[in-house]
Amino acid sequence: MYEFDLVKPATLTEAVAALGEEDAQALGGGQTLIPTLKQRLASPSKLVLLSGIAEMQGISVEAGVVSIGGATPHGVVAAEVAQSYPALAALAGNIGDPAVRNRGTIGGSLANNDPAACYPAAALASGATIVTNARQIAADDYFDGLFTTALEEGEIVTQVRLPVPEVANYQKFVQPASRFALVGVFVAKFADGVRVAVTGASEDGVFRWSEAEAALSGNFSAEALDGLSVEAEGMMADIHGSKAYRAHLIAVLTKRAVAAAV
Amino acid sequence: MTKVSMTVNGKAASGEAEGRTLLSSFLREELGFTGTHVGCDTSQCGACVVHVNGVAVKSCTMLAVEAEGAEVATIEGQAAPDGTLNTIQQAFQDHHGLQCGFCTPGMVMSTAALLKENPKPSEQEIREYLEGNICRCTGYHNIVKAIMAASGQDVSAIAAE
Repeated sequence: MYEFDLVKPATLTEAVAALGEEDAQALGGGQTLIPTLKQRLASPSKLVLLSGIAEMQGISVEAGVVSIGGATPHGVVAAEVAQSYPALAALAGNIGDPAVRNRGTIGGSLANNDPAACYPAAALASGATIVTNARQIAADDYFDGLFTTALEEGEIVTQVRLPVPEVANYQKFVQPASRFALVGVFVAKFADGVRVAVTGASEDGVFRWSEAEAALSGNFSAEALDGLSVEAEGMMADIHGSKAYRAHLIAVLTKRAVAAAV
Repeated sequence: MTKVSMTVNGKAASGEAEGRTLLSSFLREELGFTGTHVGCDTSQCGACVVHVNGVAVKSCTMLAVEAEGAEVATIEGQAAPDGTLNTIQQAFQDHHGLQCGFCTPGMVMSTAALLKENPKPSEQEIREYLEGNICRCTGYHNIVKAIMAASGQDVSAIAAE
């Protein structure tokens, strides 16, 4: 790791000010950023720790919306939304491993927007609102390709508001070494329609599978997806799976998610 | 360099750390708690698992400064002061849950965290909880047995493979 200065703001205002400086970088739980720093793939001059900011911690449930502070670790989400949003709790409880879940945060995951991360699928399928220090961003406008989001330089995800679906399920085909999703599909059925978000698969990062959404909104059953498939073109390919394999997994996992959600 | 103070195994401890100093390095090199092992240094293997404020973390993937003021528990605090092994450690010994022993500090600390959350875990729950702890000797079987035993459960149901 290269050297850097480190600041521990106690308030969001202090954190925003610290991030205004050149080459400053926010550190959430550090479960991605610290390994990245070790490999010298990032070299910020200043790290701004978000873990000490009380207003970014904690979860509340009100009027069918789960609101999660940006610095809330996955393990806390898994434990605390088990009743209010079980599919989200199950997703959070299957990220990485227990020790990683005690440090990694929802805000960090969404700000990083790894193309194989789980939370982007939940946020997009739930039609979440990403709240930052400056504004509110609809999930549909937030994800912008691999490791890219609508966040401006120095903007912090302070809270994530997820409307709770009538039923939902997340199916993750785990890449066993990294524990990221080789492909992950989150299906969420709301009164006004179904949303299907896919992570781990596309070269453009998390996306909504609109054909499946249309089919499921008319008939919420696995059979409604018969004959639907995703084009292999545009999928990611690596040693673990080809484009065609990932495209195939999307349809399989979507069916499984619907079957499990009913 | 800044002064970092924390409580380690119930005793106050402090030392100097850079911003980039990892908690694992700080514990080992600054405070002398070399029982915490660094296997992979890439968050994969779990040999470095310690507890910070009661929850298991990978100390190679946390900065020392982030543990300022925290209650840290390491493998050194598991046995009694006279060296008597605790229930988990004794079960690992009884069931041959270690061979070279390199991963064992992390295995024991993860087990302690598991049993605090879930005093009677099933075999499946044990295997899932240990996803972040890698052992290259035992093939996990005896580790799972040891954890079943440490939680007061019958180990004979776990078939030898």
